[in-house]
Amino acid sequence: MIEVNRAGEVWVFAEQQDGVLHDCALELCGKARQLADELGVKAGAVLPGAQMAGLAERLIAQGIDNVYVIEDPRLAHFQTLPYARVLCHLIEKHTPQIVLFGATAMGRDLAPRVASEMRAGMTADCTDLEIKDVEDPRTKEVHKNLLLQIRPAFGGNIIATIVNYDWWPQMATVREGVIPLMEPDAARQGNIIPEPIKLDDSLFVIKLVERHVEERRVNLKGARVIVAGGGGIGSRENFRLIHNLAAAIGGAVGASRAAVDGGYIGKEHQVGQTGTTVRPALYIAAGISGAVQHRAGMEESAKIIAINTDKDAPIFSVSHYGIVGDVKKVIPMMIKALKERR
Amino acid sequence: MRDDGTVNRAALPAIFNPEDLNALETALEVRDAYGGTVTAISMGPPKAADILRACLFRGADRGVLITDRRAAASDTLATSYILSRAVRTVGRFDFVFAGRQAIDGDTAQVGPQCAEKLGIPQVTYLEQMIHVKDGIARIRRNFGDGWEVVDAPVPLLVTVLGSANRPRPSAARRVMRYKRAQIEAEVAAEVKAELGSASEDERNAETARRVKELAASGLLIDQWSLDDIGADLSRCGLAGSPTKVYRVQSIVLTKEGYTEIPATEEGIRQMIHELVVDRTLG
Repeated sequence: MIEVNRAGEVWVFAEQQDGVLHDCALELCGKARQLADELGVKAGAVLPGAQMAGLAERLIAQGIDNVYVIEDPRLAHFQTLPYARVLCHLIEKHTPQIVLFGATAMGRDLAPRVASEMRAGMTADCTDLEIKDVEDPRTKEVHKNLLLQIRPAFGGNIIATIVNYDWWPQMATVREGVIPLMEPDAARQGNIIPEPIKLDDSLFVIKLVERHVEERRVNLKGARVIVAGGGGIGSRENFRLIHNLAAAIGGAVGASRAAVDGGYIGKEHQVGQTGTTVRPALYIAAGISGAVQHRAGMEESAKIIAINTDKDAPIFSVSHYGIVGDVKKVIPMMIKALKERR
Repeated sequence: MRDDGTVNRAALPAIFNPEDLNALETALEVRDAYGGTVTAISMGPPKAADILRACLFRGADRGVLITDRRAAASDTLATSYILSRAVRTVGRFDFVFAGRQAIDGDTAQVGPQCAEKLGIPQVTYLEQMIHVKDGIARIRRNFGDGWEVVDAPVPLLVTVLGSANRPRPSAARRVMRYKRAQIEAEVAAEVKAELGSASEDERNAETARRVKELAASGLLIDQWSLDDIGADLSRCGLAGSPTKVYRVQSIVLTKEGYTEIPATEEGIRQMIHELVVDRTLG
């Protein structure tokens, strides 16, 4: 652990692959900016990798003040041990007060390893972060400006807020898609700081044999409108209705777990706690009862329309428009109304 | 849940965390293919012995339960420290297999943190153990947006995905044999129930005798305290846990009003019109 350092920066691990920054890292930059402003400190990003032209500038445009760049051809592909060494070295050197990672496959592999080596407290899979003074209920000591690490637990039935008084840095992974992406500002100024670190060959014990990256065919996160179907759709054939409505409205197709488990559509369309978290301008939930795991992934949408035959379905509790009725009748009416709107 | 926001696990039934079953299955497959033994380690209240019996039913060679009141309220950092001490106490090993994440907190932190404490590399999200040759494991791992195959030297910690395999069921013959397997605390409770009127010394002697008998027939599940694994108490339980629960809120459905749209053409046309007017629809 490092000493409590209230002048310490707020850091983001700048996850990138093949020279492309992960969306989640870009989202985190905006959050780091906001937290740093509240604390009156600078926002930093740690950027390890190889061949990363333009990435540091992009991080600055997203709100970062200091980008720490570690360039080494051996860092081209993510590996836990050397990446963890880079982070621990820089944390010890610069003593940031907060270090954030995306709750991605890479972030969830790396962050706990770093936290363990630093003996720092860390919370996984946060959905929000805030700064607040916290009184320790046991000692009555007030800890100024702590990071509140907010996350669902026990299947999403409770929201837990976690703090870390003094085993710093305060570390968290943050779920993708829960923080709105800040508009980049190309005119922002920042510092690009090369960090020379000698990484021993013994850290590179894992050899990559073969790698296959699948294109994300479904862009749920980027969609302005999502039309999602659930178990209430009833069959794969009926699910065509969802595709048709999405086409008519110019939106992406989403699904609840029940629809995915029922084989109506592929898992890459799943919205919810174990799928993608989305916050589109409009979310249409058709035949989705609205289990808490699903709602956790979509309730931040700006507008929600729920269509369900059961007027007591929990989905209505988060919706702005509710239609009690059969999707097989309602959706064709919606398509018709959309076509006639101009 | 306790007042301090930590979970009173003694009040919950001991359940087998789903992905830990996949981790056990991977361990059993590696043993069946290459030899060696599988030791199942769990940490929890005495009734977590049920989980270790379930491991024995499926084919584990040995069970070890870390149970100690001083370990209560451990967060992931303290838990991973305790488990790493337990692994060290078991002795030499090639692989530590763990489920990717648990279903209560689903933090997925304990595996990587345990690897760090053991000072060994980690491979997360195993989907397939392709082979083990000359001390190198070839593993296919799935990172969500794709997969990769890596070669990793043992000793190694591996976290296993639910999609990795189909865990074998309990073997009837092993159930018959290992349903009698117990930890010392269970033996002591049994003796107390049977010999309630005997003196404490007599009961202790009887417990010791039965434990010895179980051990001789290979039916003793090791029960270790934090002292048995040489744990530094300042790194265990509440004292060793940097994260504190500040607040816990149950999610309550808020019945805020929503606009009810009649399922008629006119109603739906009106709704679409509103969405166009407020620029939700372009």
